[in-house]
Amino acid sequence: MKKILILFSIGISILFTSCNSGNTETNSASAPSVEASTAGGQESVNDDESQKDVVKVAIGSKDHTTLVAALKQAELVTALSNAGPFTVFAPTNDAFNKVDKATLESLMKNENKEALQNILQYHVTLSSIKAENLHDGQVLGMVNGDNVIVTIKDGKIVLNNSATIIASVPASNGIIHVIDGVLLPPNK
Amino acid sequence: MKNLTTRLLMISIVTVTFFSACKPKNLNNAVSGDAAAKAYVAPGKYDEYYNFLSGGFSGQMSVYGLPSGRLLRVIPVFSVDPEKGYGYSEETKPMLNTSHGMVPWDDLHHPELSQTNGEVDGRWIFGNANNTPRVARIDLKTFRTAEIIELPNSAGNHSSPFITENTEYVVAGTRFSVPGDNENGDVPINTYKKNFKGYISFISVGKEDGKMDIAFQLKCPGVNFDLSHAGKAKSHGWFFFSCYNTEQANTLLEVNASQRDKDFIMAVNWKKAEEYLKAGKGKKEIVKYAHNYYNEKSHTAISEMRHEVTILDTKELKDICYFIPCPKSPHGCDVDPTGEYIVGSGKLAALIPVFSFDKIQKAIADKAFEGEFDGIPVIKYDAALYGEVKKPGLGPLHTEFDGKGNAYTSFFVSSEVVKWNIKDLKVLDRVPTYYSVGHLCIPGGDSRKPSPKYMIAYNKITKDRYLPTGPELAQSAQLFDISGDKMQLILDFPTIGEPHYAQAIPAELIKNNSVKFFKIEENTNPYVSQGEGNTKVVRTGKKIDVYMTAIRSHFSPDNIEGVKLGDEVYFHVTNLEQDWDVPHGFAVKGAVNSELLIMPGETQTLKWVPDRVGMFPMYCTDFCSALHQEMQGYIRVSPAGSNVPLTFSTGTNLPKEEAAAKK
Repeated sequence: MKKILILFSIGISILFTSCNSGNTETNSASAPSVEASTAGGQESVNDDESQKDVVKVAIGSKDHTTLVAALKQAELVTALSNAGPFTVFAPTNDAFNKVDKATLESLMKNENKEALQNILQYHVTLSSIKAENLHDGQVLGMVNGDNVIVTIKDGKIVLNNSATIIASVPASNGIIHVIDGVLLPPNK
Repeated sequence: MKNLTTRLLMISIVTVTFFSACKPKNLNNAVSGDAAAKAYVAPGKYDEYYNFLSGGFSGQMSVYGLPSGRLLRVIPVFSVDPEKGYGYSEETKPMLNTSHGMVPWDDLHHPELSQTNGEVDGRWIFGNANNTPRVARIDLKTFRTAEIIELPNSAGNHSSPFITENTEYVVAGTRFSVPGDNENGDVPINTYKKNFKGYISFISVGKEDGKMDIAFQLKCPGVNFDLSHAGKAKSHGWFFFSCYNTEQANTLLEVNASQRDKDFIMAVNWKKAEEYLKAGKGKKEIVKYAHNYYNEKSHTAISEMRHEVTILDTKELKDICYFIPCPKSPHGCDVDPTGEYIVGSGKLAALIPVFSFDKIQKAIADKAFEGEFDGIPVIKYDAALYGEVKKPGLGPLHTEFDGKGNAYTSFFVSSEVVKWNIKDLKVLDRVPTYYSVGHLCIPGGDSRKPSPKYMIAYNKITKDRYLPTGPELAQSAQLFDISGDKMQLILDFPTIGEPHYAQAIPAELIKNNSVKFFKIEENTNPYVSQGEGNTKVVRTGKKIDVYMTAIRSHFSPDNIEGVKLGDEVYFHVTNLEQDWDVPHGFAVKGAVNSELLIMPGETQTLKWVPDRVGMFPMYCTDFCSALHQEMQGYIRVSPAGSNVPLTFSTGTNLPKEEAAAKK
């Protein structure tokens, strides 16, 4: 899995590099190029000084390789690299392992992209909510349009009675709450 | 369709023919087919050069990309800028302090890039304030004004801020001669010849930190100093100043300062001046001037008043200054990249004299003088002259160089740029400008190593060049490709204020040093809040300090109660972001000054004095995030005698019933 991801990220970076090659270069040719730059979104901005955004934080975590692969498959990297602010509930690899393997593999297929997007967007809300600002009974409107219910049990923050926040990591454009379960949007 | 095209083509031919009759003759030079491609920089691609334009009467400096002409930034320098809080925030107010108090406006004419070994190095750019004489240094890592020093004994700081080839000195020659600051200035104006003197300041620049200090001032005869340039290479150690009004007129200069056939270029041996200074020949005089410095760590400017300057009297101390006759009110005074040729442009002259540094040296050694002017030797014109460019145009102003042996001179009266060869003094090409050109710029064009791909002409008058905007029209820059033998107009673009002079520099020398944000852990502002946990509101008598933070997408605190009428409130807002290009703004209703614009990691302070009882909203003014419009808060102002306690909070000041429900 790790190998594949590394390969995958190399692929991505090659992709971004090639898209973005003009971005950091000045227009030194005698006749300026007439091609517009076809760079991606803010994820391809060349900046290793700023605090990491939620995507970069996730990419830097060895416990979130499945999530990162899914975000890429769902084409959510650009949106989550933008200004936000985001609160991302980030299931660990172990959390994803609890999901039926066949289901997971099926979600990663191109024809199921919309379903994957729906699930991942159910893990993101706009606004940067620190753990201390989550309270019992709070209803969070998620990016996909559905709600997540917050409960406090024994001092722990539990979402939809199924996933517990086990750590919180601040990011430049929001905050990541690491959770131990995958949140599934309500069936419609 | 074909028909339409044909018709359009015909119409355009007719139009071109029609306009040709009204426009200057060589319109064929003016625009040609590949102009758009030459100036085109695709979206997302970088320009090749930074172009720094003075804002003239706007008091600011603007930054454009070349060849696209895209406006990249306006740097506030000598004028307040409510958009950025410059001159309004407590931290930046001291930048505009002078011996006259806070001066919110000035007139910036000349940007000058720092140099190392005679080449632009991209560290700083200097600018002059004409009206209340000052020189500013802008740091090109942050594109912010880092330092401003006031100049005593000066009035109309026009001959400024030109530099020596290792940025040893920035000079500032006074336009108006005046009685010295510590002399009695309450004298009849028509005693100019007796009581008025011209001072030239030599400002030293710290090699590493760039800090400015007035090393010495030269006391010179009372004339108007106009422009200047340092010698370079072989002439390093010398400085050349154009002087007009050698008639020493004090009224109707339009007529009375144009009487003599020749005014002067003043050659200054500043190494000699340094020797006199070392030998203790300087006279200390009591004056008063402000020195303002912006500390990048505390994000705070400090203004201190200084009271002493060292004067070298060039009448008494021989061999510092020499006058060289130069026809008819010289304006531009430009030194070619080799340092041998000094071009004087008499704005009322019908020729351009080119002086030879070697001949000047020989003339001084041979004492080939035609006499003295107010105690300063005047070198014989022919003894200093290399040659003249005959009939080049009308009203020569300024010359830049391409490093390939050519000079480009602007002509205000005939509104054109003329390219000529320095060696044989022959005119090679001329192009019209639209209209009334002042300065020119070639990247590095006043240094030892020009980068001669483009030449830009800065025009004072635009009339019909752009869509009309009422009586006030933007002035303009016109970009020429000078890579070939002929100058080719490829673009023009409107500018802010008056683009009086400008300099340009290859982007490589600046772009990689650009600061992305300020490190919050290095912020030493006394009112910084290092994290939301450190925010607080403190009352000291009638002064209330709000230690506040901003981060996507809220302020902390965002509810403040217990402020009373008569209080002075200081909002010290720290932007906690550590992310490139995420400023936050801060505005509060009824503030009589401005907003704050706070860069990531920075602390800025707005003073606010509520004038009535009631509820005052505050909000973020810089669209920061999806919840920018939610980034807001309230300040409750109670009557003077009120006993509402001082409280502050973020997210917890809930209605009683809601608070109970949460527990």
